[in-house]
Amino acid sequence: MAKPLADMQATFDPGAVMPDASGHFGVYGGRFVSETLMPALEELEMAWRRYIHDPEFMQRLDKDLAEFVGRPSPIYFAENLTKAAGGAKILLKREDLNHTGAHKINNTVGQALLAHAMGKRRVIAETGAGQHGVASATVAARLGMECVVYMGADDIERQSPNVFRMKLMGATVVSVDTGSRTLKDALNEAMRDWVTNVDSTFYILGTAAGPHPYPAMVRDFNAIVGREARAQMLDQYGVLPDALVACVGGGSNALGLFHPFINDTDVKMVGVEAAGRGLSSEEHSATLCAGRVGVLHGSRTYLLDDDAGQIRDTYSVSAGLDYPGVGPEHAWLKDIGRAEYVGIDDQQAMEAFHMLSRTEGIIPALETAHGVAYGIELAREMSPDQIVLINLSGRGDKDINTVARLEGITL
Amino acid sequence: MTDHSDNRLDRRFSALKQADRAALVPYITAGHPSPDATVEILKTAVAAGADVLELGMPFSDVMADGPVIQRACERALEHGVGLAQVLDMVKAFRESDDQTPLVLMGYTNPIERWGVEQFAQDAANAGVDALLIVDCPADEAQDLQRALASQGLHQIFLVAPTTNEGRLTRAAELAGGFVYYVSLTGVTGAATLNTDALAPMIERIRAKINLPVAVGFGIREPEQAARVAEVADAVVIGSALVSRLHEAQSVDEAVGITHEFLAPVREAMDQVRTKTDQAASG
Repeated sequence: MAKPLADMQATFDPGAVMPDASGHFGVYGGRFVSETLMPALEELEMAWRRYIHDPEFMQRLDKDLAEFVGRPSPIYFAENLTKAAGGAKILLKREDLNHTGAHKINNTVGQALLAHAMGKRRVIAETGAGQHGVASATVAARLGMECVVYMGADDIERQSPNVFRMKLMGATVVSVDTGSRTLKDALNEAMRDWVTNVDSTFYILGTAAGPHPYPAMVRDFNAIVGREARAQMLDQYGVLPDALVACVGGGSNALGLFHPFINDTDVKMVGVEAAGRGLSSEEHSATLCAGRVGVLHGSRTYLLDDDAGQIRDTYSVSAGLDYPGVGPEHAWLKDIGRAEYVGIDDQQAMEAFHMLSRTEGIIPALETAHGVAYGIELAREMSPDQIVLINLSGRGDKDINTVARLEGITL
Repeated sequence: MTDHSDNRLDRRFSALKQADRAALVPYITAGHPSPDATVEILKTAVAAGADVLELGMPFSDVMADGPVIQRACERALEHGVGLAQVLDMVKAFRESDDQTPLVLMGYTNPIERWGVEQFAQDAANAGVDALLIVDCPADEAQDLQRALASQGLHQIFLVAPTTNEGRLTRAAELAGGFVYYVSLTGVTGAATLNTDALAPMIERIRAKINLPVAVGFGIREPEQAARVAEVADAVVIGSALVSRLHEAQSVDEAVGITHEFLAPVREAMDQVRTKTDQAASG
């Protein structure tokens, strides 16, 4: 049951370590799962806490991030985009340059190594846009593990190139045609698989949502993004950025960027949600902007539901943002005012998609284009001596079919 | 302090113990196959020998249930069945049956949207005896527990083969009514139960928790139910009944299916002597 928000701290306390020992971020998070999964989550938490302090494990992770993923990713001054926006300097954290084309690989490499260390030989994953599925298939192929990816039937249609990629790397892609046939249903199905095969199987959850320890673990594996960006800013520009901008579906790329800056209270942090056909249309996925507190997929967080508490179908042009929940840490950051959350609709995202492609020669993922769109807007309101750092969380190769179709072009 | 002396579940289980009889506990999803069938199915189940009823509250994202219950929930939701309709069904059932204990089974979000305390009160007024909230393990249950206890309602907890001693102890502090032992790791309706592995686990539970033990998940046939009844205090049958009800084209057909399915189960269970001398002495 949600406690009144007045009971919570009103301002950000830099000393606060979240989540707490029971996996809560303030009133959010926790473990709302069937008893059948509780022991598996406890086992996972113990393994995670053990291995992140194991120098050998961390060395292996760092080596993989450097040599397999291709880290560090640069921060890039988008000079033409900056001129076009006419305000603050726009920098891009180039997660699109990672192996497999998005930030998702940071987390999957970490979780797959953890699975391997725990002796699990089968991994499962849910995917929306397919980026997490591809990243999971990639690491499973490399570590010689069986990989099953659950994907909504509608998303399989929207993201067929990624489906093919997963299959090329030996993964089984299971089409989920229940419910809204998108990410939330894929997540339900992956959870069911995990409940059934809990002894042999490691569930590589793709976003900073779900039951504890996933929100914290996924955040920590992605926090390499923010740690690098912070060091690169100080090294190359001698200052921290004035604002960080990242798109938010479940919220892993945003938390990865935000988390290492959380105590830098002068750095504004903005999460950008998918406003779809508009926040007033009910056809959107803007959970923090337009949702309310409830329980979904194992944690207490903001979500989109109807008056009877049934989870609503969501909509966004981008499959990766098309999700009715959000990571519980974002819910907490919103309530304490440390981060703010805004909505960008389909059309604004498409405009930013084209603008970045034309001005900089970088085709962003449709998810990422939401962040770019708001980054441009924000930069416009700021002065030229200020800096906006946008997380360029993924590249748009997977979206060319969707964009062509929307614009009536046959490839 | 909470007074559960009026709770139908406690009365029923103590009567069953006296009679050396295992309880038959069918599960159906409210509003499935149609809203007008639910109360009739409940009455028929009791006539066919059910001792305790489990009524599922439809939810859009039944993460811990298999395809059978999910389809049942989807159909019920298409008929507009939510918590309000479920409580109305319970009230309607109570007009003709004030004795058979009834457990509502569901997920957290709809209950929180209703308001936990309000729902506990409304459920008690409707004639509900206990709640089993699948995605609310003991770790997250304190608020719900308080609200239910204030209304004399029990909270039923699940125990799985993977549940360790520490978690059993925690469940023992909060559980009431009975313990629901999930005899398989998996979702509802998944595989088939291995009854041989049951007895040691039930002993483990009884050593920690002084409540009747119900066994569910994977029970499909009368003979299986009978074997479970030899070692457990109650036998829960869900997906096997719900999948048959899915075929019903009318209320009459649903009633017929319910009776045809449950009566042989009851009969098979009654042919074995239950070992209640081992039960709940812990």
